[in-house]
Amino acid sequence: MMDRLAAFGRLGLAIIASLGRSGRFLAGVLGGVSKPSVAFPLLLKQLYSIGVLSLAIIVVSGLFIGMVLGLQGYTILSDYGSEAAIGQMIALTLVRELGPVVTALLFAGRAGSALTAEIGLMKTTEQLSSMEMMGVDPLRRVIAPRLWAGFIAVPILAAVFSVVGIWGGMLVGVEWLGVFEGSFWGNMQSSVSFTADVLNGVIKSVVFGFVCTWIAVYQGYDCVPTSAGISSATTKTVVYSSLAVLGLDFVLTAVMFGDF
Amino acid sequence: MDTSPYIELRDVVFTRGDRRIFDGVSLDIPRGKITAIMGPSGTGKTTLLRLIGGQLRPDSGTIRVAGEDVPRLKRKALYRLREKMGMLFQSGALFTDLSVFENVAFPLRVHTALPEDMIRDIVLMKLEAVGLRGARELMPAELSGGMTRRVALARSIALDPELIMYDEPFTGQDPIAMGVLIKLIRDLNSSMGLTSVMVSHDVQESLSICHYACIVADGQVIGDGSPEELRAHPSEQVQQFLHGHPDGPVPFHYPAAEAGQDWGIGGSSR
Repeated sequence: MMDRLAAFGRLGLAIIASLGRSGRFLAGVLGGVSKPSVAFPLLLKQLYSIGVLSLAIIVVSGLFIGMVLGLQGYTILSDYGSEAAIGQMIALTLVRELGPVVTALLFAGRAGSALTAEIGLMKTTEQLSSMEMMGVDPLRRVIAPRLWAGFIAVPILAAVFSVVGIWGGMLVGVEWLGVFEGSFWGNMQSSVSFTADVLNGVIKSVVFGFVCTWIAVYQGYDCVPTSAGISSATTKTVVYSSLAVLGLDFVLTAVMFGDF
Repeated sequence: MDTSPYIELRDVVFTRGDRRIFDGVSLDIPRGKITAIMGPSGTGKTTLLRLIGGQLRPDSGTIRVAGEDVPRLKRKALYRLREKMGMLFQSGALFTDLSVFENVAFPLRVHTALPEDMIRDIVLMKLEAVGLRGARELMPAELSGGMTRRVALARSIALDPELIMYDEPFTGQDPIAMGVLIKLIRDLNSSMGLTSVMVSHDVQESLSICHYACIVADGQVIGDGSPEELRAHPSEQVQQFLHGHPDGPVPFHYPAAEAGQDWGIGGSSR
């Protein structure tokens, strides 16, 4: 019994210590400001590798999810004779929920795991140490551009996801199943509010982008510098990011839309 | 000429987890000379370099490099001091996404505002010094182990440091690569007036080029002096290490329970 209690206490302490380390790590990354002439090219490079290169998976997933929403929505709504509301349903589902959430989950799998593995490998091969010994702070040079790039890229990717999803829903609903195009777009336009829906979706994706990238770079930086350590850090990135996104989504939804 | 030691360690205590790595180590590293720090694997030789470079902080004691108290330096001052230091890591630690040329140019681009043509000239000079001017377009993955270390050496001297630290420079090198590294370490030290600190357990190679050596074991300096003085050192532990005797003060057997107890028969203890 005492052993279990002690183990539980140890686990609690380890979690708190890890949270503390990640907080200090974040303060170190955000606290140091590099010269714009140095920081901007590094940021652009990262925006390309974690933002632009994630576009393919985001566009394809968005398209399929939009098409599935079109099909499912039509099946359910046509039972009530209200298939004309399909545009509104697809847009609200994507903008409020699926856009930010699925983008963040895909981002954690596609870019977050790559960030963790890259930084972890740089640590294992002493590249981060050698940078420190050259008088270059790896938090500013390596971590900060990646963190900012994720922070900027995820909301844009989520917007792309939603737009492509709505287009996919339109393809199925209007082009295939024959919903009147005017009511598809008209219902959407009249029911989707910019502040209540679009802006709240953007806020969600900003939060998810920040949390996912923070988890990814921290896990890489804090990993045990062995191959097993990198593998476990990469797994942790995907698991923690996914749980954090889903948990935070509930909290944010409750705050944003829970006012009945 | 300044004859004060370039690095001074006084009563340095360093613990990792429950293990005390250094238990009151004091050491002077002379300016402009090659110093070899030797000792069995796992005695914390690399840790010593990281303490000198300020990547780790001791539990107590002072570490002065070029007159500056490293553990008490603020971040900015520490990074400025590191611009005077070069370090050759055991793995080379080249940036794998940059070519040989860009690796050597990296510290110049970060720390200086030199025009591109001057950076090119300096990088080529540094690569020429390690005999790899022709390899400038290669990527780190295309280099052999010995070449990787030579490129890393060129990179660590790019800013003309005062101090260069070598972490196990000879480990895993073939005889020719080892010969090249020995020549480079010796030549760079004399031509650039560097202070060199070399951590190694390759006794003969280290003693052949160093001016001063010390042996670290069990968290203490167990012997130091010139190579000649060390060879004549009275300590059995020093002699065991220098000559590689399998048994002696450092026992062949890891501490274990009584042999008879393990095999379930009556027997003597070890």
